[in-house]
Amino acid sequence: MLYREALNKAIDEAMAVDETVVVLGEDVGLYGGSYRVTEGLIARYGEKRLIDTPIAELSIVGNAVGMAMGGLRPVAEIMTANFALLAFDQIINHMAKYRYMSAGKITLPMVVRFPQGVSRQLAAQHSESYEQMLSAVPGLIVFAAGDVNYAYHALKYAILSDDPIVFIEHELLYNKKGEVDLNAEFDPFKARIVKEGKDVTIVSYLKMVDDVMAAVPEIEKQLGKSCEVIDLCSLNPIDFKTLESSLKKTGSIVVVEEDHKMGSYGAQIISWAAEEMFYSLDAAPLRISGADVPIPYNRRLELASIPTPDSITEQIVSWAGNNGI
Amino acid sequence: MNKLLAEEIYYDMVLGRLFELAAKEHYMAGDIAGFLHLDIGQEGFSVAAMKAFEKGDVFTTYREHVMAISRGIDPQAVMAELFGKASGISRGRGGSMHLFDPSHFFYGGDAIVGGQIPNAVGCAYARKFLGQEDGVMVVFGDGATSGGAFFESLNNASTKKLPLLFLCENNGYAIGTKITRVAPFEKQAKKAEPYMLTMEVDGMDAVAVYKAVKEAQHLIQDGHGPVFLEAMTCRYEGHSMSDPGNYRSKEELEICKAKDPIERMEKVLHETYLLSSEQIDTLRQRAQKVVDDAVEFATAAPEPELEELYTEVFCKGCANVVS
Ligand SMILES: Cc1ncc(C[n+]2csc(CCOP(=O)(O)OP(=O)(O)O)c2C)c(N)n1
Ligand SMILES: [Mg+2]
Repeated sequence: MLYREALNKAIDEAMAVDETVVVLGEDVGLYGGSYRVTEGLIARYGEKRLIDTPIAELSIVGNAVGMAMGGLRPVAEIMTANFALLAFDQIINHMAKYRYMSAGKITLPMVVRFPQGVSRQLAAQHSESYEQMLSAVPGLIVFAAGDVNYAYHALKYAILSDDPIVFIEHELLYNKKGEVDLNAEFDPFKARIVKEGKDVTIVSYLKMVDDVMAAVPEIEKQLGKSCEVIDLCSLNPIDFKTLESSLKKTGSIVVVEEDHKMGSYGAQIISWAAEEMFYSLDAAPLRISGADVPIPYNRRLELASIPTPDSITEQIVSWAGNNGI
Repeated sequence: MNKLLAEEIYYDMVLGRLFELAAKEHYMAGDIAGFLHLDIGQEGFSVAAMKAFEKGDVFTTYREHVMAISRGIDPQAVMAELFGKASGISRGRGGSMHLFDPSHFFYGGDAIVGGQIPNAVGCAYARKFLGQEDGVMVVFGDGATSGGAFFESLNNASTKKLPLLFLCENNGYAIGTKITRVAPFEKQAKKAEPYMLTMEVDGMDAVAVYKAVKEAQHLIQDGHGPVFLEAMTCRYEGHSMSDPGNYRSKEELEICKAKDPIERMEKVLHETYLLSSEQIDTLRQRAQKVVDDAVEFATAAPEPELEELYTEVFCKGCANVVS
């Protein structure tokens, strides 16, 4: 199954079990979603439940908040992370705060989902990542789907949960293949150990997990050590337990993220390691991030602005050398 | 309109069409990437608006190659930008959606729908403040008339009586969504009526667009305050190269293509200005040569250096925060 099909399946099944689930966004209905995530759903559930909206992101999320207050379970799709910026007032001032401000009298069972990140030469206004800002907002749960199984289970969970959840996808993952495991128990708040290892813990999420996995064979070959790769999955709250046991085993931590380095999400993980795990660390933590520039269009510059398997390998190998790993 | 101008408009339209066809071809060949929004079918609108709004600032969207060229930006620099090359008008860092050239007072490349509209309001304020009364024109699609910033801009521009022309390119669709599915009426000028003078023009008729934009520019220059002009157009291609465009029927597309602005202008050249078929052919050949040269130039142009990644983040001394 493809990642986008897994997302579609999650929405479809949630809509089937709960008829208050509605989907709203630009081109989500007749067009089937610009990444085809909502394809076919309008035929099954009709225009009342698949709502094509005008290009007005603030209203997409603002209306979703009101729909949730009025008794529905809205799933709001924003076409791309950069357009979600237009809805940040509703996400941060409304969606995240109503429950707390009302002393729990208002619940907002809603999801805002969007893809983010560098795709292929979409340039500065279509390539950014905002997990750092959204994870810094108390009152929001933030999920980041790095693989097909998580995409399906976590989105279905998010839609049927009573909390306001931001669900982040990646532009380049929609055609990623994978299996959905319907038997095993699933916890969307648990980090995923993508690969076990004993010498270096590498933490990542979204598409960077694939880039890390592509780099790992070469890193292991050059270092003669083994890497443990963790996909964080839930960015807020964070599954510190999984991180802690990995870090205790390896004594080191590397975070790989696509976003600009300044004020990045990964800094939070490194900060936790420094504050809480200092005495388990045998090496200085390493953060591999994107450059602090708007994303350029030219392909070479674009690739130079984010981590790639080659640059990840290079930075980890050089860090290992400096830290006696 | 004199003969020379009519010829010039026709020539630019043909140039625009051929440029877009070449861009399409080179997108499919992999020389151009990202989102490529073609203006095929709307050349009459894009060219005539630029020719009419001679002086003053122009803000527009990602569907702006034809406008950029017609504004006077070298087609070679535009094509090289699409190719992501160092000789591009934005030195390869902007691409198709971000063609900026302040030397031509052209800010053609905001890809956040509606995002350029409040910028144009601010620019009109600044120009008025500084005593430059050429006026500002902001071009946007029908899809951009439902966002908050659009309504805020109508309010602000009319309160301050700014020299601003709101030029709406209404092609009936925002990607795959028909405007009437997400707005209560087909013509969006209605939204501006309480705030300012509104006008409508057939966007497939270059001569009519030229006259309407000229008239509107005179009004805003004369201290009338903002004007809203809506041009009804249709695009032949999908929203961008990534859009197969299945939401439009064959018949609908046929009706659209029957209004071809280039054929229409050709007729005007024949009938009103008595140009011969040979003379028209010469114009076409000249345009084809310019496009061929632009492609050749873009192909041969160098890639930006990797150091370019960190330049121009700030005005001076561009700190390399990440080294
Ligand atoms: C704020 C924002 N939301 C969504 C998009 C995605 N998007 C790009 S173009 C477009 C449709 C715009 O339609 P319209 O304004 O009618 O212009 P046209 O493309 O028809 O010329 C959409 C939804 C965007 N670029 N910016
Ligand atoms: Mg449109």
